[in-house]
Amino acid sequence: MSILRYHQYNLALFFFNAHMSTPMNKILILFAHPALDKSRVHRRLIRAVPDLPGITVNDLYDAYPDFDIDVAREQGLLAAHDLIILQHPFYWYSTPAIIKQWEDLVLEHGWAYGSQGAALRGKRLLSLITTGGAAAAYRHEGYNRFTVRELLAPIEQTAYLCGMEYLPPYLIQGTHRMDEDEIELEVGRYRQLLALLHAGRIDLDAARGQPSLNPSFDRAISQEVPT
Amino acid sequence: MSSESFLAQAFIYLAAAVVAVPIAKRLGLGSVLGYLLAGIAIGPFGLHLVGAEGQDVMHFAEFGVVMMLFVVGLELEPALLWRLRAPILGLGGLQVLLTVLAVAGVALAIGMSWQVALAIGMILAPSSTAIVLQSLAEKGVLKTEGGQSAFAVLLFQDIAVIPMLALFPMLATAPHGGAEDAGHAAEATTLVGGLPGWAQTLAVLGAVAAVVLAGRFLVRPALRAIAAARLRELFTAAALLLVIGIALLMTAVGLSPALGTFLAGVVLANSEYRHELESDIDPFKGLLLGLFFIAVGASVDFALILAQPLLIAGLVLAIIALKFAVLFGLARAFKLSLDQGLLFAFALPQVGEFAFVLCSFANQQGVLDTTITSPIVAAVAISMALTPLLLIINERLVQPRVGTLRGDAREADAINERSPVIIAGFGSFGSTVGRLLRANGVGSTVLDIDSDRVDLLRRMGLKVYYGDASRYDLLETAGAGEARVLVLALDSPEKTLELVHTARTHFPHLTIVARSFDWPDTHALYAAGVSHVYREDIDTAVRSGADVMRLLGMHGATALRAAQAFRHHEEAALRELTGRDDDKAGYVSMARERIEALERQMQADRDAPALTRDSGWDAESIREEVRSMPAPAA
Repeated sequence: MSILRYHQYNLALFFFNAHMSTPMNKILILFAHPALDKSRVHRRLIRAVPDLPGITVNDLYDAYPDFDIDVAREQGLLAAHDLIILQHPFYWYSTPAIIKQWEDLVLEHGWAYGSQGAALRGKRLLSLITTGGAAAAYRHEGYNRFTVRELLAPIEQTAYLCGMEYLPPYLIQGTHRMDEDEIELEVGRYRQLLALLHAGRIDLDAARGQPSLNPSFDRAISQEVPT
Repeated sequence: MSSESFLAQAFIYLAAAVVAVPIAKRLGLGSVLGYLLAGIAIGPFGLHLVGAEGQDVMHFAEFGVVMMLFVVGLELEPALLWRLRAPILGLGGLQVLLTVLAVAGVALAIGMSWQVALAIGMILAPSSTAIVLQSLAEKGVLKTEGGQSAFAVLLFQDIAVIPMLALFPMLATAPHGGAEDAGHAAEATTLVGGLPGWAQTLAVLGAVAAVVLAGRFLVRPALRAIAAARLRELFTAAALLLVIGIALLMTAVGLSPALGTFLAGVVLANSEYRHELESDIDPFKGLLLGLFFIAVGASVDFALILAQPLLIAGLVLAIIALKFAVLFGLARAFKLSLDQGLLFAFALPQVGEFAFVLCSFANQQGVLDTTITSPIVAAVAISMALTPLLLIINERLVQPRVGTLRGDAREADAINERSPVIIAGFGSFGSTVGRLLRANGVGSTVLDIDSDRVDLLRRMGLKVYYGDASRYDLLETAGAGEARVLVLALDSPEKTLELVHTARTHFPHLTIVARSFDWPDTHALYAAGVSHVYREDIDTAVRSGADVMRLLGMHGATALRAAQAFRHHEEAALRELTGRDDDKAGYVSMARERIEALERQMQADRDAPALTRDSGWDAESIREEVRSMPAPAA
């Protein structure tokens, strides 16, 4: 059995298990990729989002190509979900432009923050990021000189100000060197990640403060899947 | 006429037109008055360069009217014509009927016989299609309610002339105009004159049916075959052949040739050759009409006028006053607004060119003798010459008063606080710009030629001036001296260019923002020095195109970037084109140029490199670079 087949088999079993468990997180994926036709990884990821009740994909560049964001709609979506995932490629150590515009317009004072702004309190925020460079580059001694989590400090502080719990980022790194099979593996892991988050089967408390969510996710898989 | 004297004649007419018309236009008098004045200048009572043959020239040039109605028909789709049926029959019918009765009543009152009175009534009832349509089109008011009503009345008059010609022989009272002569005259004018009544009716109906059916089923394939030959002059020849053929057919059965070609125009209005035909006939139409107006000017009999100045002046005034009263009364009865009613009544009170034909016909038939017709012919010519002046009086003296009556209080604030923006033309484009500005607290002053719209806007408290925005004095009144931006949203590309020249000459500090329609006029605006040109359909068309791609599944951002890139390509291509042939500056957009422009556009699309690059979002090159390096130790 090829490694790919193995994963598909696991996945089926895994979804069965995940579905049986009780608390279900409502997940909103805020997805941003400005040139999806040129994307190798995200295009496949976003098509592979498991069709589970309570998982919503919001493709910002498709909904607002001209950056004319519908604030009321976005706030409604945020209010209706528990876990917000910012999924995007890592562009110049940050998000694609539309997420900045989205933050500026949607996270209004008096709604998201400030003495009256409590709409997001208690929700969780997760960055799901792909980097072309390998994990080794995102170290103090690497050529990017900072970890991804450090570079994401503005997002982390935004979450903090809005009273949200900021989770360590889930990282898919070294995509420049990935071949088709490796990408396919990442797609499978992505589906598992979403299903586990949806089912609440990742120990998020233990992940707190970690550089990335990936180890916690790996641990959760090893507990889920009979080997 | 020898060819030499023909050329000499042509030289005189053309020179008169070339000198007089631009002067008249510069003075804001319109081209029609320019031609008429040119005619008076070269006529027997001016420089005496042309003599009695003026009448023949006029008959020849009347063919310009036939061509004009063909072009008018081309612009009038059958559905629109059907919508006009009530004004044509109601307004037109009543205008002819009431005018005939009123004129005849006056004639009876001064002691003429009922036959003579009726004949004079019929001679004076029609108005001048040529002068009215040309003047209204030039002022850009043909599409307003008053303009459409005037058009409807003119159309009915063209139909009404047929029964009039049939009635005239029956009114003959003089001994020399016996039944025999009448028969000859009828035979001379039509081929079917000798046939019994039912056969004549059949022939008329058959001819109309032939025009409609041929227009539908025969002309289009024929034009297609001719167009396939790719010889420009052949298509022009075909267009002329079509118009002349129809005119002959109509004359043969005793119908007005203008009516026949109008019908043919309407039938062809939906065909793909509409613009082609229009642009081919247009120059001939223009030249012949100009010639016609010159001939009218030349035929004004000053000897007669000088002999009986009071009689002629009284006659002209009486005719115009009577027709005006009927027209204005009808306008009010048909619920036209005050300003549109005035435009309608000021446009139509002259007597039409058909009076010349009817007068000579009446002489032949012994209905009227020349002691009656000569003063009438002089009065008719003067009334035609006065039309452009009447329209100017309406536009400059009457309309502003009527328009401002209800807005006096607001007029005062308009002078106190000058707007930074002037919007010329408040159709759907101009009004959208104006509304956006207004919603954001930017004041604008509006100039518009549609008095109904001016009225509405004034009632809503906007600063609106009625009038032709290309006039210097109106721009001045509107505050062009203090304004910063002039938005051009006029319906006519020619007017827009005219306004650009006025504004750039007198108010060089104004930034001009111009709406354009297609490639040729965008090009003309760039060439005229306007840098902010907005093609009216480019944004909506590109947006619809992008949405079509999204509906087919393209990602929103990809579609938007593709649309943005396409727009830049489009604009760059146009600017490049403008730089290439500056000599075309100021030329008028014509159907053929539009087709050629489309061809150039498609060519430019083909030649353009890939329209979207967005390499900033494309990691292919960095991927290659990374892969070419040795893998780091893990």
